[in-house]
Amino acid sequence: MADKTIKVDLLARVEGEGAFKVTVRDGRIVATEFRIFEPPRFFEAFLRGRDFREAPDITARICGICPVAYQMSSVQAMEMALGVTVPQPIRDLRRMLYCGEWIESHILHAAMLHAPDFLGYAGAVEMANDGHADTVKLALDLKKIGNDVVAFLGGREIHPINVRVGGFYKVPRRQDFAPLREKLLRAGEMCETFIDWTASFDFPDKARDYALVSLRHPDEYPMGEGRIVSNRGLDIPVAEFGAHFTEDHVAQSNALHCHMVGVGRYLVGPVARFALCFDQLPPRAKAAAGRVGIGPDCRNPYRSITIRAVEALCAIEEALRLIEAYEEPGAPAVEVTLRAGTGMGATEAPRGMLFHQYTLADDGTIRTAQIVPPTSQNQPSIEEDLAQFIGDILDRPEQEIRELCEQTIRNYDPCISCATHFLNLTIDRG
Amino acid sequence: MGAKPRIGVFKFSSCDGCQLSLLDCEDELLAVAGAVDIAYFPEATRAEDEGQYDIALVEGSVTTLHEAKFIHSIRDRSTKLITIGACATSGGIQALKNGADVADFISAVYTNPEFISTLDSCTPIKDHVPVDYELRGCPISKHQLIELIAATLAGRWPQTPPHATCMECKRAGHVCVMVAAGSPCLGPVTHAGCGALCPGYARGCYGCFGPKERANTSALAARLAENGADGRAIRRLFSTFNTNAPAFRQEAQRHG
Repeated sequence: MADKTIKVDLLARVEGEGAFKVTVRDGRIVATEFRIFEPPRFFEAFLRGRDFREAPDITARICGICPVAYQMSSVQAMEMALGVTVPQPIRDLRRMLYCGEWIESHILHAAMLHAPDFLGYAGAVEMANDGHADTVKLALDLKKIGNDVVAFLGGREIHPINVRVGGFYKVPRRQDFAPLREKLLRAGEMCETFIDWTASFDFPDKARDYALVSLRHPDEYPMGEGRIVSNRGLDIPVAEFGAHFTEDHVAQSNALHCHMVGVGRYLVGPVARFALCFDQLPPRAKAAAGRVGIGPDCRNPYRSITIRAVEALCAIEEALRLIEAYEEPGAPAVEVTLRAGTGMGATEAPRGMLFHQYTLADDGTIRTAQIVPPTSQNQPSIEEDLAQFIGDILDRPEQEIRELCEQTIRNYDPCISCATHFLNLTIDRG
Repeated sequence: MGAKPRIGVFKFSSCDGCQLSLLDCEDELLAVAGAVDIAYFPEATRAEDEGQYDIALVEGSVTTLHEAKFIHSIRDRSTKLITIGACATSGGIQALKNGADVADFISAVYTNPEFISTLDSCTPIKDHVPVDYELRGCPISKHQLIELIAATLAGRWPQTPPHATCMECKRAGHVCVMVAAGSPCLGPVTHAGCGALCPGYARGCYGCFGPKERANTSALAARLAENGADGRAIRRLFSTFNTNAPAFRQEAQRHG
């Protein structure tokens, strides 16, 4: 085989920038290197010395795609440090807000960023212009309903302004939900159609026996809280994250790579949640999954597009359930009493578990901050997928290899701005 | 009629939220895509960066040597270069590293500092190349983005008024959170554009659209102090998403 190098300067349709290098000798892959060159922004450094109340607004700016996830993990960590428990209506409003982000982020990724891979288009606009206008329009409408939920509860879609440690600045009245409820009722039907559409694609026949990690809650599909569980036997409270997971800093990368102690690389995100918490999907989402033939045994990462669509339906059902049950809280937020302490928070961002840990001084000043985004956790798994999945197509045209690599990385909906915080493919054939 | 105008969307150090605003224009996206040629938008499409652009929308600040070089290439190939959002316009939240010990910052996050390459300061796009228009906000308003694209295509100046958020707040009929509740609020010195969102949610403005023109920050700081804010709190208030905007930076420096 001729010696050559394939290079992709930037991976399209992901948030952020990264690169992938494959080293091939005698037709076999001998090394792979998935690298993130999104510039470092040093959130964990400049959070030191800030006030604890600033954490939800500041950490939201780590990612414009999933700001709610950052706000939810940070307020939880702060509330643990300060010994605060929020009442049920506040908890429900937070979950509802998170539902909006799941719908918006999942549909954005599935329809606009990932589906073009399966159908052979450069992007969603090209897809819409070539016979898929109705589906793209449906997806945009569905995504908008997710954004409407976030904007209604959070004030705006990107970097919501209504979340605070202890609750919210302002909470809605029960009757305010009527227009949103109407939209969500419509969204259910639309999402069913969308699920069927994604399930009709041709999927590469690939699967791996992943170590899966997600939150698990006794009463509901995981989103805002739960214990950390794995199919490798782990079942721990969030506060023990640091004892079971490590972050390593590898050369040439501005993101940290995570490993599970005693296990190694692991997978977070829709495939993991779906496998570990399938039994807790609400009825309509579970039925839709059954209809398209996808269950908790699914380990084909390319099918994550359909799992995202099913999780979007789950979020729609949950938002509707929470609206029905909503009782206005006595106050928009719980009073907080300052004290020194350490707190951890983990929630399920659309792309996987997001962990925060803070140490506070007795005046509420942040002393240390640690943020472990889902894409850092998935990086070693992405690298392994690439190594295993492209081995049998190395003799194909470079364009085809590159496209499969990109599609494989997009399975993870990688938010590269989170993980430093995309793809430059280099195939070194000796 | 000639060819459709070519638009490129470029990302520097940022969270992707401002360019996401374009994808969040769910009702207008396909119409925009019909009116212009979105020739480069890596967050949304695989097409390569090549050739000239009629409009370059630039998100993010300059924090690496590569970025400091690349922005010149974009400027050279673009008729209009427009910055979108606080990072591109003033440096963004990551400009909090300016004035800090960068080596300490790196070692606070990374175990192997030698792997990290970053400039000592984080700077807005206009510190590197001439900018034709700046759209404020962290994030930008998608309505202002549509207005900006429409105005630029029509050859007119966009309507994004530079007055204070305070004016939007009065117009919206919100109760003044500073007068009524004593909440610290940057509304009097912050550029309009959000529709006075935060006061509408019973909290003070935190200045994510950056300083308005001729912002009287010292008068506001004096009022904040009367309401009980200490120097540290005032400094923090001016040092967030537009910490490197001169009016906010200078006011913050006066408090310690």
